[in-house]
Amino acid sequence: MADTESLAETTAQIESSKGEDDIIQIVAMHKWFGEFHVLKDINLSIKVQERIVVCGPSGSGKSTLIRCINRLEEHQKGQIIVNGIELTNDLKNIDLIRREVGIVFQHFNLFPHLTVLENLTLGPIWVRNTPKKEAEELAMKYLERVKIPEQALKFPGQLSGGQQQRVAIARSLCMNPKIMLFDEPTSALDPEMIKEVLDVMVELADTGMTMIVVSHEMGFAKTVADRVIFMDAGEIIEQNEPHEFFDNPRHDRTKMFLSQILHH
Amino acid sequence: MTLGETEAPLTVTEDGGYLPGTHPDLPPPSSVHGPIHWARVNLFGSIADTALTLLAVYFLYSAITFLVGWMFVDAAFTGESRKDCRAVADGACWAFIGNRFSLFIYGFYPEPERWRVDLTFVLLILAIAPILFDRMPQRGKALIYSCLYPFIAAWLLVGGFGLEEVSTDQFGGLMLNIVIGVTGIAFSLPIGIVLALGRQSDLPIVRILCVSFIEIIRGVPLITLLFVAAVMLSYFVPPGTNFDLLVRMLIMVTLFASGYMAEVIRGGLQAIPNGQYEAADAMGLKYWQSMRLIVLPQALKISIPGIVNTFIALYKDTTLVIVIGRLDILGIGNSSLADTKWQGLSTEVYVFVALFFFVNCFCMSRYSLWLEKKLHTGH
Ligand SMILES: Nc1ncnc2c1ncn2[C@@H]1O[C@H](COP(=O)(O)OP(=O)(O)O)[C@@H](O)[C@H]1O
Ligand SMILES: [Mg+2]
Repeated sequence: MADTESLAETTAQIESSKGEDDIIQIVAMHKWFGEFHVLKDINLSIKVQERIVVCGPSGSGKSTLIRCINRLEEHQKGQIIVNGIELTNDLKNIDLIRREVGIVFQHFNLFPHLTVLENLTLGPIWVRNTPKKEAEELAMKYLERVKIPEQALKFPGQLSGGQQQRVAIARSLCMNPKIMLFDEPTSALDPEMIKEVLDVMVELADTGMTMIVVSHEMGFAKTVADRVIFMDAGEIIEQNEPHEFFDNPRHDRTKMFLSQILHH
Repeated sequence: MTLGETEAPLTVTEDGGYLPGTHPDLPPPSSVHGPIHWARVNLFGSIADTALTLLAVYFLYSAITFLVGWMFVDAAFTGESRKDCRAVADGACWAFIGNRFSLFIYGFYPEPERWRVDLTFVLLILAIAPILFDRMPQRGKALIYSCLYPFIAAWLLVGGFGLEEVSTDQFGGLMLNIVIGVTGIAFSLPIGIVLALGRQSDLPIVRILCVSFIEIIRGVPLITLLFVAAVMLSYFVPPGTNFDLLVRMLIMVTLFASGYMAEVIRGGLQAIPNGQYEAADAMGLKYWQSMRLIVLPQALKISIPGIVNTFIALYKDTTLVIVIGRLDILGIGNSSLADTKWQGLSTEVYVFVALFFFVNCFCMSRYSLWLEKKLHTGH
C-alpha cells in the first residue's frame, strides 16, 4: 500500500495547489535553538479557510512551528509569508501580522489579575483603539459564542479549565483575526472538559476561520480538518486528508505514532 | 442524633447508616474543633506545655502591669521640670515630652510659619488617600492632585512666590522624618521599577548600567552615602551654586531605597510565567503596554511584602540624618536630654520616639496585608 508513487502524487497535488489564495506560505524554513536544529526545511502552504491539524510526538517541533507563524519564535532561514506580508525583523511587519493571527495556548495564559471581561477587552481597547463600551459589547458577543456570558465579571482563577480555555478562545476572537492557531488546546484539561472546548472549536471552524490546530484529538481531526500534518524530529513527514491519513498512513514513523496514540 | 431526625427516614438504613448517594454534609464532632479543643492541643498538650503556658502568662501579666503603671497610673503629665514630675509621681515624666512637643514636631521651623507645615501635612493625607484606596469617588482627578502634591508641598515648606522663605536648615523633628520618608517612598518605587525592568532589558548597555547602579548602591552603607552627599557632592556642582543639603540627602536616601526596591521588584518579575509575556505579545501589545497592563500589576502584587519592607526600612533610616548634623525627631529628643532641668529622662524620650515609629510602621504593615488580601483574585 505504502507505494512511494502515490506519496509523490499527493505531494505534487499539494504543491500545485499553492497559489493566490494562500494565506500562509512557509518556504524552506529552518530554525535552531542554539546548536539544536529544531525545524528542518519546512515547506507549507495554507489556503484561506483551510483547517489543518498538526500531530506528532512530543518534542517534534509542533509548537515551535506554529509559534513561528506569529513570531513568538524567530526563524533563522527560509521565508514565512502571512497574509501577504513576510516576517522579517521589521517590527512593523510583526505588528501587522500579529493583528491577523490569534493564538490559543495549552495553558490558557489568561491574565489572572483581570476579570474575564477585562481579559477580552484589553486587546481591542489598547491595540485597536476601540472605545471601551464598544469593546465590552464585542466581548459579550464572543462570550456568548463560547457559551459563558454569565462568567464575565469573574476572575480566571475562579473558572474551571474548560471555561478558561473558552475565555482564551474568545479573547483571541475579539481581535478579529483571520487565522487562529491552537497549541494543544485540550491537553491540559480534565477529560470531562475536553468536549466543551472542542465543540467551540468545531463551531468556529464552521464559520470559515482559517485554523491550524496542534492536537492529538483524532475525532476532532476527522470531523473538522481538511488536512492532517505529521511531524517528527523537526520535519514534516507526511500530510494528507484526515481519513486517508488515519486509515492509510504511508510512512513507518506515522504508523508507529498512530499505533501509540491509539493503544494508550 | 438531632441531625438524623431531620433527615427523611427513607434514606437511613436499618443499622443507622445512609443509603448510597444520600449522605448529608455533617459538622465535624466538637472534640476536633472549637476554642477548648484548640487550647487543649496548643497550650496544655503535656506537662511541659502546661508549665510553659503558665510561666508565659505570669511574665505577660507582670510586664503589662509594670508598663501600664509606669506609662499611665504613676505618670506625671504636667510640670515645668523633672523635679515637678517626681514630686507628684515616680513613673514616666510625660511633662517633658509635652513641654518640648512643638520642637519634636516642627524642629526649628519659625513659629509664625508653622501653619504651613500643618497645612502641608493635611494636604499630604489628601494626596495619599486616592493612591491607597482605589474605590475613592473621583479618583482620576484626585490622582492628578496627588502628582502635583510634591510641588505644592515644596513650595509651602520652603516658601518663595509670596510666602516667606524658610531655609531647609530649619527643618527638623518629625516633619524632617516625614519629608525625607515620603519623598524617598514616593520616588524609590518608580525608580526601582525602571531599574528592575532595565536589568532585564535586551539592550546590553541598559542592562549593564542598571546592574552596576544597583550593585554599587547596595554595596555601600547609607551613612556613607549621606556623608558623600554632605561633603563630596559639592565638588561636582559648579562653585557658587548652592545645591541644598536637604535635597542632596533626599536624593541619596531615594537612590539607596531604589536599589533595594529594584531587587525586590525583580523577584516579582521573575515569578511571572513566560506565557503572560507571550499572550501579551501575541495580542499585539507594545512593550510598555504589556509591562503596564499585564506584567507590572502582577509583579508588584507579588512584591508587596518586599516593597513595604523597603518602605519601612527607609522610613526608619531617616533618623540617620543625625550623622550630618540634622536633627530629626530622634535627634531633637537626644539633644533635649542635655537640658539640666530635665536631666535623666532618656527612657521617656526613647519610648516616645520608638512609639512614634512603631505606630507609623505598623500602619504601613497592616495596610499592605489589607492590600494583598484585596488584590487576591483566586489563583
Ligand atoms: N526556548 C527553547 N529553547 C531551547 N529549546 C527549546 C525551546 N523551546 C523548545 N525547545 C526544544 O525544541 C524541541 C521542540 O519543542 P516543541 O516545539 O515545544 O515540541 P512539541 O510542541 O512538538 O512537543 C524540543 O526538544 C524542546 O526541548
Ligand atoms: Mg508543544
